[in-house]
Amino acid sequence: MFAELNELLNASPERPEQGKLTLLRDTKTDGSFLVHHFLSFYLKAGCKVCFVALLQSFSHYNIIAQKLGVSLTAAKERGQLVFLEGLKSCFDVFFGEEQHVGQTNPLQFVSKDGSNLKTMYEFVRTSLMASGSDSWKCPVLLVDDLSVLLSLGVRPVDVLDFIHYCRVAVCSQLKGNIVVLVHSNDDSEDEENELVVNSLCHQSNLILWAEGLATGFCKDVHGQLKIIQKGSSELKAEKNLLRIYQYKIQDKNVTFFARGMSAAVL
Amino acid sequence: MAALATGGATPSDGATSFQRKVPASSRLAAIAGTRPSVRHGQLLLSSGLPSLDCVLGGGLAVGTLLLIEEDKYGIYSNLLFKYFLAEGIVCGHNLFVASAKEDPADILKELPAPLFDDVHKNQVDEKETAIKSKQESQESMKIAWRYQNLPKMEVSPAASARFGHYYDVSKTVSPELLKSIKWHRFFLPEEMSLHPEIKTCNMTCDYTRLLQSIQRIIYQEGFDGSYPQKKQKNILRIGIQSLGSVLWGDDICCTDNPEDIFSLTKFLYVLRGLLRMSLSACIITVPAHLIQNKAIMERVTNLSDTVVGLESFIGSERETNPLYKDYQGLIHVHQIPRLNSLICDVSGTKDLAFRLKRKQFTIERLHLPPDLSDTVSRSSKQDLAESTKLLSSGCGAMAIGKKHLDF
Repeated sequence: MFAELNELLNASPERPEQGKLTLLRDTKTDGSFLVHHFLSFYLKAGCKVCFVALLQSFSHYNIIAQKLGVSLTAAKERGQLVFLEGLKSCFDVFFGEEQHVGQTNPLQFVSKDGSNLKTMYEFVRTSLMASGSDSWKCPVLLVDDLSVLLSLGVRPVDVLDFIHYCRVAVCSQLKGNIVVLVHSNDDSEDEENELVVNSLCHQSNLILWAEGLATGFCKDVHGQLKIIQKGSSELKAEKNLLRIYQYKIQDKNVTFFARGMSAAVL
Repeated sequence: MAALATGGATPSDGATSFQRKVPASSRLAAIAGTRPSVRHGQLLLSSGLPSLDCVLGGGLAVGTLLLIEEDKYGIYSNLLFKYFLAEGIVCGHNLFVASAKEDPADILKELPAPLFDDVHKNQVDEKETAIKSKQESQESMKIAWRYQNLPKMEVSPAASARFGHYYDVSKTVSPELLKSIKWHRFFLPEEMSLHPEIKTCNMTCDYTRLLQSIQRIIYQEGFDGSYPQKKQKNILRIGIQSLGSVLWGDDICCTDNPEDIFSLTKFLYVLRGLLRMSLSACIITVPAHLIQNKAIMERVTNLSDTVVGLESFIGSERETNPLYKDYQGLIHVHQIPRLNSLICDVSGTKDLAFRLKRKQFTIERLHLPPDLSDTVSRSSKQDLAESTKLLSSGCGAMAIGKKHLDF
């Protein structure tokens, strides 16, 4: 986890928030550093994490997490982390023999006329359900890259249904958190993706939007991060709190600074 | 990802005494034609073009996909495709060539010939003279006497131990070199006649065939580590030509509302899984300029690791533009992957142009030529000023007036 981002979000591993949906959004740049931040943050906070990693392999996350001070293999062994490697599951669905009854693969929808994310939801629910011997704090669902589901033939409605079911199960019933990463683009022609992203923006409590700089590529400032915190009470109609920072990604850390205050300029 | 912790190659007697310390359990014999990346220890392959390797941050990582968006007539993308396969031949890797329009055997026959023969011969001659001169001055060292007993440098004629080779496009590779490597083929019309019925996975059945063929080769030849007793590991270089074109049975290049927009993206996703779990790298050329539904190209870009777009000047008005007179086209690097690390080695320049000569395909930074003449006519200067508008600089568009100010 990045200490500066924790300060900006006023979050600390000792007292993680509960019942929140955080949306990670990236435009013209790669926002996966936010996923690594939240993964290590919640593991350090002692929460039970279910990580649905659709785009990269386990070792990729493991190596980066080790740089951030967390070992994913150790977390998996002690039962704190449930890791769904999408690439491997899809491989099993595609090349494996016919599934026996009772053995369901979370990525079943790729093979059948697939738009049903029910098996994935069941997987998430069973992995985050508290068992008696667990002593973990609130459960957390982390999804790396919801936009990939749209590429695999899932309709936007089904993606939103999946998120809705997960919110009911994880956020309100189990008092946990959900963190989801999506890609978006201002002039994108992918309408289905924009639909999903807009809908999630309205539902989420916190939006972290990583954008590439409008002026182009820069070596010292890798992008700009917009932090949008929704008003806490809908009845009082509080305004959203919007803050913008710029960031630079280093090997083991990400530094955040106010716009125009990059270390290279000062 | 087959995350190989790579140590240095087991040193021969002539190596220097400086070696990286590697735990004995993860010591692997180095695979020919690869080198570990400085940043994240990932094994890198050469793409066949040393200048493209520089642009991509050292090379193409094993287990990743290089997607090339074809130029309008497919000439230069085909060339990059051939360079990739030719590099595989020189390094001794296994090849898998898939195409729907050309027989893979014909593709292989037309690969460019590598240039190491002349260079190697010169190197061997130089080393021989160096050894002769060393033998003459064999007296004991007076000052550096500690180094007296170190072994001397040996001449190791491993010509293909270099990373990245140059090729002569005017010559084709020799048949002996072709016979020395093992390669597999997938020619779509042939496959369709051999196996007409196939169980589809809700994907265009040609893509299903291709995936099954790739998976079968990876499994049978043990690229996914299923034969741990095999000491000598090798890389499989997969080349797929013109994926997404009509010949593959996909209509995304024909209409704005294709029947099945998910076939190509599903194929890429399953291929990604295959690549990540095996010692292989893949190059795919896609006729992106024909795909009318831009949403598909966005999804394809997200599902690929490295995406490079080619734009050739043939037939466009840029051919006569003085700014581009030395070059044949532009290269756009749309995406470079961040593997096992938060950052990637992205080069600072975004304006890259390529130039093809007989023995070299270079990728250079595009910049304005210096304006040295002072008696040049106004009209040509105005052309240059107009053409600078096309240059996208890193820090915003430059304000160019139409008039050439002469002070």
